[in-house]
Amino acid sequence: MTTPNTPKYKAKDFQADNPANPEKKVAIRWCPGCGDYAILSQVQRVMAELGQPKEEFVVVRGIGCSSRFPYYMNTYGFHTIHGRAPAFATAIRATREDMSVWVITGDGDSLSIGGNHLIHVLRRNVDIQLLLFNNRIYGLTKGQYSPTSEVGKRTKSTPMGSLDRPFNPIQVALGANSTFVARTVDVFVKHQRAMIEASYHHRGASFLEIYQNCNIFNDGAYAPIGGQRIPGVEYEKKKAEVQALQTIELAHGAPLLFGKKDEPKGLRLNGSKWEIFDIGDRFSADDAVVYDETDLGLAQLAATLDYPNFPVPVGVFFRIKAPTYDDAARAQLAEAKEQIGDAGLKELLYAGETWTVEDDG
Amino acid sequence: MAMAVETLDNVVIRFAGDSGDGMQLTGNQFTRTSSLVGNDVSTFPDFPAEIRAPIGTQAGVSAFQVHFSSDDVFTPGDRPNVLVCMNPASLARNVADLQEGGIIIVNTDKFKDRDIQLADLESNPLEDGSLSGFRVIKVPISSLTREAVKEWGLGAKIADRCKNFFALGLTYWLFSRPLGPTEAWIRQKFKNKQPLDDANVRALHAGNGYAENVELFQGRYEVPAATVDPGTYRRVMGNEALALGLTAAGLKAGLSVFYGSYPITPASDILHNLANYKGYGVMTFQAEDEIAAVCAAIGASYAGQIGVTGTSGPGLALKAEAIGLAMICELPLVVVNVQRGGPSTGLPTKTEQADLLQAMYGRNGESPCVIIAPKTPSDCFYIAFEAVRIATKYTVPVILMTDGYLANGAEPWRLPEIESLPDIDVNFHTETEGFMPYSRDPETLARPWIRLGTPGLEHRIGGLEKEHLSGNVSYSPENHDFMCRLRAEKIQRVANDIPDLEVDGSDSGVLVLTWGSTYGAAHVAVAGAIEDGHNVGHAHLRYLNPMPKNTAEVLARYDTIIVPEMNLGQLVKLVREKFLVNAISLSKIEGLPYRVAEMRNAIDRAIAGESISVEFPAHRL
Repeated sequence: MTTPNTPKYKAKDFQADNPANPEKKVAIRWCPGCGDYAILSQVQRVMAELGQPKEEFVVVRGIGCSSRFPYYMNTYGFHTIHGRAPAFATAIRATREDMSVWVITGDGDSLSIGGNHLIHVLRRNVDIQLLLFNNRIYGLTKGQYSPTSEVGKRTKSTPMGSLDRPFNPIQVALGANSTFVARTVDVFVKHQRAMIEASYHHRGASFLEIYQNCNIFNDGAYAPIGGQRIPGVEYEKKKAEVQALQTIELAHGAPLLFGKKDEPKGLRLNGSKWEIFDIGDRFSADDAVVYDETDLGLAQLAATLDYPNFPVPVGVFFRIKAPTYDDAARAQLAEAKEQIGDAGLKELLYAGETWTVEDDG
Repeated sequence: MAMAVETLDNVVIRFAGDSGDGMQLTGNQFTRTSSLVGNDVSTFPDFPAEIRAPIGTQAGVSAFQVHFSSDDVFTPGDRPNVLVCMNPASLARNVADLQEGGIIIVNTDKFKDRDIQLADLESNPLEDGSLSGFRVIKVPISSLTREAVKEWGLGAKIADRCKNFFALGLTYWLFSRPLGPTEAWIRQKFKNKQPLDDANVRALHAGNGYAENVELFQGRYEVPAATVDPGTYRRVMGNEALALGLTAAGLKAGLSVFYGSYPITPASDILHNLANYKGYGVMTFQAEDEIAAVCAAIGASYAGQIGVTGTSGPGLALKAEAIGLAMICELPLVVVNVQRGGPSTGLPTKTEQADLLQAMYGRNGESPCVIIAPKTPSDCFYIAFEAVRIATKYTVPVILMTDGYLANGAEPWRLPEIESLPDIDVNFHTETEGFMPYSRDPETLARPWIRLGTPGLEHRIGGLEKEHLSGNVSYSPENHDFMCRLRAEKIQRVANDIPDLEVDGSDSGVLVLTWGSTYGAAHVAVAGAIEDGHNVGHAHLRYLNPMPKNTAEVLARYDTIIVPEMNLGQLVKLVREKFLVNAISLSKIEGLPYRVAEMRNAIDRAIAGESISVEFPAHRL
């Protein structure tokens, strides 16, 4: 909890110390150029600014490249088993009102092996931040296709192309009855920071999908929307233009507008089908759908927007207030405690039907 | 007319009927009343996995056996003296167990042609002479019950449901039991379902009165109160005692208990019981699956609470990876395994001891855990308490192996003096100066247990191999070799902290070595053999890993060691491997507990130098 005595931190304070050598920080072992670096530094920056004592942060993760994340954070950290981080996080949050619990996961960790735990932590609305690094590939096992890879993906395990249809993580989260669903991109630094902050401030399960480039096994997965790839002069020149054309920011109460400054476009709904229109003689900005982040139906429609036919939405798809599992669990304990009053061990054991045998001797 | 009342020391009664006939309830009431009049009791519920198998079939037979006595009772009894049968299927399934000359009370209303067919019988056993060796008491229980409750106009189906209380009333008369306790129970149970309270009470009295007036029996019996140690008693089932033990340990440690579990027979009652102890600081979490349940429990331990998960065999298999994580992270964890018949889904409602090697070895890598097992239903309390003590003191996972027989069996439990329960000292590490997350207590080798949120102690743990002291991820060959040996040594050091193995009876000759629920039958069988002048001892292992320090020395005293187990020989493997002794397996894997007679027979054969091993019965192919 924030108190007037909460220390002022710098992002560096959140870089992991090395117990074996207090002079040094722990060395980071991601591949050079990995999108994870950008996310790590934004999370460290955001945490330093939140005003909550460092010891009250705990980062819980499963297995995968993303899951090395907590080893690099100078907070409490628990590297658990593949796919199960949400289960650990649920108990930590339920038993500890004071802790800010962050789950770091990937598309394999939480949509494949851990799919079950992901949907249940979301539906229970446990007050955690869940950051899903989606690189659409298995990185740590050296490049097999993942549940978010496009159909036909050629990898070592699918030399003739993958056969299975992918998940859309936003649709999964909405379908699991989430109360906070958002998306950002590793290289959209400012936007990413805003989304991490928003996740933290949401009381309930916050689901944040981060499009993240794996420059080794799936480089350029997000290049079509202005995501990171190995920089080339031509690409860098066009990047801002690509972003403007191929992403759209969802903002509560704001119309869905995108495109270059001199060629603005909007999104409108024809029934339940999206249509792109040019702002000009026929249509004005007023014709665009005004986004409402509390409208589940609209969020579900927004989740279907995708490259190449439509701009890819980033921002908060859905956010509502709802009771959290952890608050409710603690409240039940408090209520039960009040009911039994001063009862202790004696009352616990000597309850129900008891009978006494006297000492005859 | 006053009837002769004969005094007996020991009676075993079995209630059997269709799943929907309320036999478990009837048996429980009989047990409760017998406890309250001062008998020692032991029970054995035996029910099908199907909630409602087709009515009247043998697949749907549910039974409940009660052994009550004026002496100490250690088992639910080998063979019933009295069998109450509500239909032909229950008779067919149970009559073979009845003692010669025993009493059968049958509900003749359910022996029509159709009922005989449903039970898949060729002929009516009441007419075909097959029951000639028994005293058959024929009572039209259904119609008499309907008649007794007719004033409430309940309709045939509902009126029929009162018949178990009619049968109970009959048996209460036969064994001179008071009706009061059951009557009070009915009034409480049905207080919101009037007039079922009045109707059931009437059925109970009607059964009792019928026995009295119709002179059904040649006489009646009484089983006087047992001479037991003075104190306050409570009847407990194993799962109930286990839940109490965990809760008590939490109170003694000053920590909350977190119980993560996924419903599974026969462990679910632990979850049900603990869910009622929230006022005592117990948080229960019905997880989405077995894996989430154990992971949540580990998360709670990491957060600074007592993390516990409970399951049965298939669930233990699913939890294996996470138990390995708790092991390498060196966090306290209690895993309760209420063993049932396996493999796979196996026999969910039956008992077995075939998960010992799973608990011992069923994880990847070198991943030893502490393994302990209770010997009686009330011992489940103490063993749960002990599991928490060891897990928190040594920062290790403790696997607590109970079984279906202990879980559902009931006995009177002399409640402990509260002051006699030891404190569980938990000291969270708080010192930041020179803090190393993988430093160790020199005696227990425990690493510091750090309550999450402690300022200045932020550190990282996880499933990757850790460097000694610093806890940094390490791939060093020497470090891995050292850490594997260190974690194994830590488990072995628990042996410094547990009682010696004790022997009942002779200290030479034949030793019967048991673990878990086979305790009762072995105890009685060995006592009988000693009485008959044989040189036999009985030792019981509550601690299976590590075993008590004097185990080798005890085993060395005997010429023959018999290890009876409800599996194909698991403890016997451990004992042979560890101590290089010629221990012999006595195995049985029928989903049923050992009978005293089976155990005694094996002892006698071993004394006579005969083989007790079971060959594969090829003739059954």
